[in-house]
Parts: sequence; C-alpha cells; structure tokens
Amino acid sequence: MKGFILSLRSEYYKSRKTGGFWSPIILPIILCALIGYNFYVEAARWKEMPSMLLWMRFSGIILGIMGTLLLPILIVFISYSINSVEHKADTWKSIFSLPIPKASIYLAKIVYAILLILLCLLLFCIFTIGLGNLMSHFKPELRFTDYSFSSYLISVYFKLFLSSMGILSIQFLLSLLFRDFLKPMGIGFAATITGVIAVTQQWSWNYLFPYSHPLLAMQSLAGPHKPNILGIMILPEVQIFTREVWVSLIIAAVVFTAGFVIVQKRSVK
Amino acid sequence: MVISTQNLTFNFDKQTVVKSLNLQVPEGAIYGFLGPNGAGKTTTIKLLLNLLAIQEGSISVFGKDLLSNRIEILAQIGSLIEQPAIYAHMTGRENLINRAMLLQVRRSKVDEMLELVHLTGAANKKAGQYSLGMKQRLGIALALLSDPKLLMLDEPTNGLDPNGIIEIRELLVKLVQEHGKTVFVSSHLLAEVQKMATHVGIINKGELLFQGSIKELDTISKPTIQIEVTDSVDAANLLKTNKYMVNDVDDHFIYLQYTNKEDMGDINALLVKNGHTVFSLVKHQKDLEEFFLSITQNA
Repeated sequence: MKGFILSLRSEYYKSRKTGGFWSPIILPIILCALIGYNFYVEAARWKEMPSMLLWMRFSGIILGIMGTLLLPILIVFISYSINSVEHKADTWKSIFSLPIPKASIYLAKIVYAILLILLCLLLFCIFTIGLGNLMSHFKPELRFTDYSFSSYLISVYFKLFLSSMGILSIQFLLSLLFRDFLKPMGIGFAATITGVIAVTQQWSWNYLFPYSHPLLAMQSLAGPHKPNILGIMILPEVQIFTREVWVSLIIAAVVFTAGFVIVQKRSVK
Repeated sequence: MVISTQNLTFNFDKQTVVKSLNLQVPEGAIYGFLGPNGAGKTTTIKLLLNLLAIQEGSISVFGKDLLSNRIEILAQIGSLIEQPAIYAHMTGRENLINRAMLLQVRRSKVDEMLELVHLTGAANKKAGQYSLGMKQRLGIALALLSDPKLLMLDEPTNGLDPNGIIEIRELLVKLVQEHGKTVFVSSHLLAEVQKMATHVGIINKGELLFQGSIKELDTISKPTIQIEVTDSVDAANLLKTNKYMVNDVDDHFIYLQYTNKEDMGDINALLVKNGHTVFSLVKHQKDLEEFFLSITQNA
C-alpha cells in the first residue's frame, strides 16, 4: 500500500508540468466558457424556456460534444501521456529497479489516469452548474435557479465516467506496450470514429464496442420527460448501470488485469 | 559475497547473450566488469536487478536469493543502466526530489547529492538541456541518493570529460574505502578499470573469460615496454647481454616485458650510457582486444 501511495504521489509530481495533467483541467474551462458565453449572448432565445428544459439544453450541448468525441480523445491523450513520460525518459528500467512492487507502480498509473478523467468530468459538472447559476444572476430571464439540476447532472457524468473505463483500459494498455505516439493515438482515433458510426448507424453489436459506450450512455438518457401528478415536468431517473456500462466495466477489469500480468512477466529491455 | 551468480544464462530469441555466468563479487570491492560492446554486460546488470527474468541459473545478492527477496535486495542497490534515465521536462533537482519521494529519503539529501556531483549550479535547469556529462552525473546522483550498500553502474564514465572521469573514479574509490560500499561497474576500457578496480571480471560473447583480483589480472595482462632508439638491433643486443628479456625488435623499436618502473629507469640509463639516443620509452598496456586474444590463446 505504501508503494502504491508513493508511486501515486510521484505520478502527480512527474506530470504536474505536462499536458497530460493540464488538459483535463483546461478542456472543461475552455469548452464550458465558450458554450456558456454563446448561451449568454443569445439569452433572448432561451428566456421563455422552462427551467428544467433550459438546464437540459445548456448541459446537453456540453455533454453532446464531450460524449461523442472529446472524452474518448481525451482518454487517448491522458493514457498516452502517463506512459510516454517513462518511454521518453527511458525510465521503466529505473522505476522497476526501485524497491517498490511492480504491481504498485502499475496500479498507481492506472488510478492516476482514472483520477484525471474523474477530475475532468467533475469540473465539467461544476462549471455547468456554476455557469447556469451565474447566468441567472446576470440575466434573470434565464431561469436556471428555478430548478435543482445538480443531482441529475452528477448522475449523468458518473454514468459517462463509468462508460469510459473500457476505452481507458485499452488505451492504457496500448500506451504501455508501444512507445511511439502514432500507434495508440492512431488506433484510438480510428476506434472512436468507428464507435460513433456504430452508434449512429444503430449497429446491433455496438454495445460490445467500448469506443461506442460514452455515446450510447448519452443516448440512453434521452428519454421522454413526463409531467408528474401536479403537471410539472420531471426528469426521468438516470439508469446508471445499463448494458453498455456493464460491458465497459467488464472490459476494463479484463484489460487492466491483462496489463498487470504483462507488467509482471515482461522484461525491461 | 555480495553478488553471486550460478550458471546464469540468458537468451534473446535464439541467441545466447549470457552463458553460464558465475560471478563472485566480494564485499567492499570495486568489481570492474569488462567487455566489448555487445558482450552481455548490460544484460547481466539487468538480470542482477531483476529487470530481465532469469531463464537459467540463479542469482544471490547479499547472500539472499534475488527472486524471493526482490524488494529487500533492491532497497540496498543503487543503479545506473546504460544512458541515465532522466525526465527531460523536469529540472535536475526535481528529478532527485521525485526519486527521494519514491525512496522515502529526506529532501536535504537532494542538495547533498547535487553538491557531490557538482550540479548545484545547474540544479534548477531542465534536465533535457543538460550535456551528456551532466546527465551522467545526475544519473550517478540518483543512484547514490538512497545511500545504497551496493552500486551497480553501467559504463558510468560515458560522455564524461577527463576531469569528470577522474572525479567519478575518485568518488567510487572513496565510497568503497571510506563508506564500505561495494561497487559493480561495467566498462569496455581495460585501462579505466585497472585504475580503480580491486576485482575484475572479463566477459566476451556472454562468457566470463577471467575473474579475479586486479593483481591476478596484472600478472596475466603482462604490459610491455616499447623503446625507440637510434640503432634498435645493437641496442637490443646490449639489453640481452644485460639479461633483459627482449620480446621483439624491428627497424625502429625494441619490445621488452614490463617488470617495474625502476627497471624502466635502469634500461634508459644503460642505453644512454652506451651511446644510444633514446627517443621514447613507453609502457604499453594491452588494450582489451589484445587482452582477449591473449586470454583466449592461453585458454
């Protein structure tokens, strides 16, 4: 456990000046700021919209961009960045000759990658809620504050997070095995595009393909919004553990374990 | 023995890179592991650090089996393998802090190491901007950071200027003599190893050709004296009549067996006294290639 914590701290220390660490922070800032600004400027278009739909509209734009393309690409980049630090510096030989179990080093890298994805999605969630409330403050006709949307949005982002674990595991393994940039990035890009096509064309097996999972997770949220007994529109409950989320988690468990076995057995050349 | 291997063998695909190696590194030794490029030195070091899986044979370090005591053994080893493994986007100090963090070494040790390898002035410069020699020195500082009992250094003087080479040599001697460390250092330069090693192992094509103390090596390596004189044949006859063993003579040079430096002075005096002009009198140490030849021919 001590080796794991030391390795995790070291991962942060090594990456804190790299794009791998800053991209999951900068991406939500830029994307939310751009979309928020546009929403604010065009406030007149949304002033008649009910509060819940306003939230759905605003968060949907961000989620749509994230879920379809940006999240898989971000995962590809973060996985590459965490392992390329060692490939570039040729430091696998030195970290594996330290008195720290190989399993702790491997696990720390995976957990650090997961934490960065989690941080990114958490920031998206915080910025979406924050910007909605901020817009209401400056333009009261945007009635974001009339509806509490945070628990729903947190559930949605949590589902998106879980659905991305399959991609993360595969990209992490590819980046661990290949030291060059092109293989993991190229495979990641091609698979992401295939995933989008598989979902948009409604291929029957798409739930088995991890690169389709974030988009499928987003699609599963687009259910009808029904009024309650008082006639008020309510959001459907988020079904987090849907088929694609389970498949994503199973793939992650299998691939992360395979990576662990490879690290244990593989020689450092 | 600090390091002991028994019939250590390693194959890359179908090629045997290390063949039945039986290394014996005593405590408190500077063990020079000599061999030309591609002889199997780095592979052996990687096996000793468990970076490569043992295929045949066994390794014990500090009297314990490496495989079953990996973490305990690695905690007492500092290593530098091939070119230094350094994060280029971090400064020299940050590289050391990162390693200190992993090894749970106090931060003040970082500054001590920077001082030791003369990198204090460049501590806050990105390591990617370091010269090869500076990187090598940082690599040595990283290896020494945890104050290990055993240092394994793979060609540590690569890329260093003559001053740097002398400094590293003096540092290693000091670590052994004053701090009781054991140093296992690989090199392809016989002369370099002879200047600091107490014990030597010579490897070629994966096989250990020689292992023993530096005195035993000196006995085998038999340096020669090369003399350039006006009349080499006449001078050679003079030396023979004075019971010096002349190995060879040509138009310009005489070659004799080296015994000690006093003899060299006597030879010079004898030649000059008998009217010969001595242009040069040089002790010629066999280079590694010649030495390999002599070992294999003797074997």
